[in-house]
Amino acid sequence: MTPKTTHPAYNVYLQQLSREKRLIKYGQSIIFICFFAFWEISSRLHWIDPLIFSSPSRVVNLMVRYLLDGSLWFHMRITVFETLAGFFIGTIAGVILAFFLWYSKRFSAIVDPYLVVFNALPKVALGPIIIVALGPGYSSIITMGAIICVIVSALVVYNGFHEVDANYIKVLQSFGASKWQNFKEAILPASLPTIISTFKVNVGLSWVGVIVGEFLVASKGLGYLIVYGFQVFNFTLVLYSLVLIAFLAALMYQGVAYFEKWLLKKLR
Amino acid sequence: MSYLELASISHYYFNEKHCTHALDNISFQVEKGHFISLLGPSGCGKTTLLSIIAQLINPTEGTIKLKGLPIDQQNIAIGYMLQQDYLFPWKTILDNVCIGPKIRREWVTGDYDKAKGLLTKVGLTDIANKYPDQLSGGMRQRVALARTLMTDPALLLLDEPFSALDFQTKLILEAFMIDMLKDYQKTSLLVTHDIGEAIAMSDDIFLMKANPGAIHSHISVPEQVRNLSPIEARKHPEYHQLFDQIWKEMNQLDTENDASRV
Repeated sequence: MTPKTTHPAYNVYLQQLSREKRLIKYGQSIIFICFFAFWEISSRLHWIDPLIFSSPSRVVNLMVRYLLDGSLWFHMRITVFETLAGFFIGTIAGVILAFFLWYSKRFSAIVDPYLVVFNALPKVALGPIIIVALGPGYSSIITMGAIICVIVSALVVYNGFHEVDANYIKVLQSFGASKWQNFKEAILPASLPTIISTFKVNVGLSWVGVIVGEFLVASKGLGYLIVYGFQVFNFTLVLYSLVLIAFLAALMYQGVAYFEKWLLKKLR
Repeated sequence: MSYLELASISHYYFNEKHCTHALDNISFQVEKGHFISLLGPSGCGKTTLLSIIAQLINPTEGTIKLKGLPIDQQNIAIGYMLQQDYLFPWKTILDNVCIGPKIRREWVTGDYDKAKGLLTKVGLTDIANKYPDQLSGGMRQRVALARTLMTDPALLLLDEPFSALDFQTKLILEAFMIDMLKDYQKTSLLVTHDIGEAIAMSDDIFLMKANPGAIHSHISVPEQVRNLSPIEARKHPEYHQLFDQIWKEMNQLDTENDASRV
């Protein structure tokens, strides 16, 4: 162990550090409380139209009711499942595509213009076609969630493959390594941090794909509730779904961030 | 018959706009157990030549023979050491050392013991389960040497393996390397632009010139210097004499090269 050296100034520094952290926490809490308090008050005093903007108390009441009758769990489950499926399928397909782009220079040169076009295309515009092709149901919505992140992750990961120091490959080749061995021993492990960083982006993207998919076609799920609430002019329902989505998306993002930390620590 | 024979090796690099003449008609022979240095300025194609001998690239023209047979028709291991250790940071030291036989699909049980023995030989014990970033630069280059020796290479190619180290570590490692190579009776080729290193370590020096890369002259290191360790050799009067001679020759090549460019 390192010898314990200390200095009175160090304690002062530590105190300042924890004070700073506390101040940040306070600031965050104040914003949170002020936002909801202002929303509630302005709604009650009719500064804003309560029919359109609802109020936190109504949203909470609705949440409690739906929690008790089980419909919160029902809709949430469906949307979370679709998002996770879209996320995994899109990310894995992206990494596999990146592998083929790396493996064959010719393949990558041939498909390059198509990738550029497909990457620039707003994927949600494909929604109607996907729904017609796959039918209204889980499969189209999951496809929406997957297709929105597949190309961008393929391009990012492919770039990551290229940034691996060529000398690692030289070492392996001096032992007579095959292309697959190069990939397995050097390219893939060296690019793992890049691959994980695409996870974070993809979590957000697949939420977009799934919610838009539900807008278009679903009869259950949180995206459906938003559209339904909009159609029957029940904006408490819309805001309830929105709050739930924000909470779940943040949770998933944090989950991926923890996974990243854990994996990088393991890989050192 | 020499151990390693290079016969009129020429190499060109192609791209859409240029055809670059990298190596021109290089021929030389190396006896078994000898230590050869290829000395020259940057851009003289030293590394290209090593890559060709290591069969990482195919020469445009010429043949290489090892023990009288074309090198590409034999399944022989060639050890290649780069400027830096390039140990894989996600593998333990032991797994790093063992990568050669695994890649060559020659893995046998007992290779772990062989690897541990080699690590002891290069002066590193109790680090088998550590990771490369826990080691100093000199230690890491020793691990790289152990990794290279693991496949029992018929030939050792050293591409300025000491250039990234501080001077003291470099001298220690040079001496250590020479002892190891004598022990294992390895035939070695060192690429360097450091005149002192070339003289202190080699039996023979090939001085190279650039544009295109070619052998300019062959210098035999005198017996008295050859048999000394690299640190002792640097103190010998003949060392200084040879250093001056090569220094002048290289300067002259440099001026000729500059003149031909104008």
